[in-house]
Amino acid sequence: MDEIFGIPAPLLFGQLLLGLINGAFYAMLSLGLAVIFGLLNIINFSHGAQFMMGAFVAWMLLHYLGIGYWWALILSPLLVGLTGVILERTMICRLYKLDHLYGLLLTFGISLIIEGIFRNQYGSSGMPYRIPTQLSGAWDLGFMFMPVYRGWVVVFALFTCITTWLVIEKTRLGAYLRAATENAPLVQAFGVNVPRMITLTYGAGVALAALAGVLAAPIYSVNPQMGTNLIIVVFAVVVIGGMGSILGSVLTGFGLGIVEGLTKVFYPEASATVIFIIMVIVLLARPAGLFGRA
Amino acid sequence: MADVMTAPAGAKASTGALMEISGLEAWYGESHVLHGVDIDIREGEVVTLLGRNGAGKTSTLRSVMGLVPRRSGSIKYEGKEFVNARPDVIARAGIAYCPEERGIFASLDVTENLLLPPMVRPGGLPLDEIYTLFPNLKERARSQGTKLSGGEQQMLAIARILRTGARFLLLDEPSEGLAPVIVQQIGRTIRELKKRGFTVLLVEQNFRFAQTVADRHYVMEHGRVVDMVANEDLNASLDRLHQYLGV
Repeated sequence: MDEIFGIPAPLLFGQLLLGLINGAFYAMLSLGLAVIFGLLNIINFSHGAQFMMGAFVAWMLLHYLGIGYWWALILSPLLVGLTGVILERTMICRLYKLDHLYGLLLTFGISLIIEGIFRNQYGSSGMPYRIPTQLSGAWDLGFMFMPVYRGWVVVFALFTCITTWLVIEKTRLGAYLRAATENAPLVQAFGVNVPRMITLTYGAGVALAALAGVLAAPIYSVNPQMGTNLIIVVFAVVVIGGMGSILGSVLTGFGLGIVEGLTKVFYPEASATVIFIIMVIVLLARPAGLFGRA
Repeated sequence: MADVMTAPAGAKASTGALMEISGLEAWYGESHVLHGVDIDIREGEVVTLLGRNGAGKTSTLRSVMGLVPRRSGSIKYEGKEFVNARPDVIARAGIAYCPEERGIFASLDVTENLLLPPMVRPGGLPLDEIYTLFPNLKERARSQGTKLSGGEQQMLAIARILRTGARFLLLDEPSEGLAPVIVQQIGRTIRELKKRGFTVLLVEQNFRFAQTVADRHYVMEHGRVVDMVANEDLNASLDRLHQYLGV
């Protein structure tokens, strides 16, 4: 177990774990994007800023109110989701009849404003957020040390993705969502309050981003750019997986995180670009994405 | 039907109609599609809208359902005004819509499609009765909705609005594009629904089919109702109808 393909095992597994962690964030973020795009037809460019807000709200809860990680895991998505609801009701809802481009421009502008506000208030150096005591420490797996918190992130992200998928595929609410994604006016003509459902779906997608932000807070430093750096890769993930496919975005998210981690081991120079190279290849071969319906 | 008897007397307009449409105009963007439609439908009646393509039949149904963006005039159901209501509010009043393109959802299986429309009132058909009326739907419960044959999709589109407790059905060309034996089956279903007290407003191109199910026929031309024929007078008015429909 000391060397695999000439690579020291701890290095290989360490990068695999890092890849899995990044994959967990890719999956959670692209899941929210896919849900929002499916129903609202909006490419939510402010998703990264909302992820950042999730981390910041967790930090603020702790810093100003002394409310710790576990409550933040619930409160931060709720609060940030609420800002999403307000955003949808006041601005995004005016764009549904227009081209995708308008939604993209609006949410891009909003993400710049949000980031600007946070940078102005908190600077760009970043704030530390402590790992909760229950999740600190590491397990000795024999071949490597596994920080408990990182294991928790992967498990919790998987749990969140599977739960979201089950809600969409197996429940009545999910059937409304899928049906409204296909033909919203008809679902409304059956008596479902579709405008309200759209608002809540956007709120839920934003809350997912914020939840990922809380998970990320103890790993990355909490800073206004943390979303921007991630979201560009997440958009590539969404393009590779296929816009609007729920399962596709989750599988692609985890898969590409692992590919990225492995690239760091075998050819580190390409690790920052490998996802974009895959994106180009997928776009050439299958423009609708690996799991998308053309 | 018991609920008919107990309906409050004041809830109905003086004409005794369950639905009264008067002076209905509708627009899709700049295009003015309805120019003052007047239709009355009594409880338990099956009424058809006949007319050529583009006469405004489908637009009338979609306007009643609130699906045409801009509407004016009056659509009263059980005495209440719905001309500017949202589609979900109209549905909750007990009006159900089966679109021309059937609107079966590809990402839902047959059972999910069937159970999709929420209950709007008590008194819908129970599921086992729906399966008695449409046995194919039970056999194909787990199939993807759009994998059904055209006839089965039409059955599913009608079946799913019978569960909800809606008593007023808007059916847009249920016979369109189907084999004669299926059309007969749809005809039997509509007569069965009438027997059970449903009120139906039916758009049809095929007046031979319409004749087998309806009490009265409205003829539409250029976004207006231009004539009304009782079913028993239909054969006597064939020349007139041929002129309207160009058949």
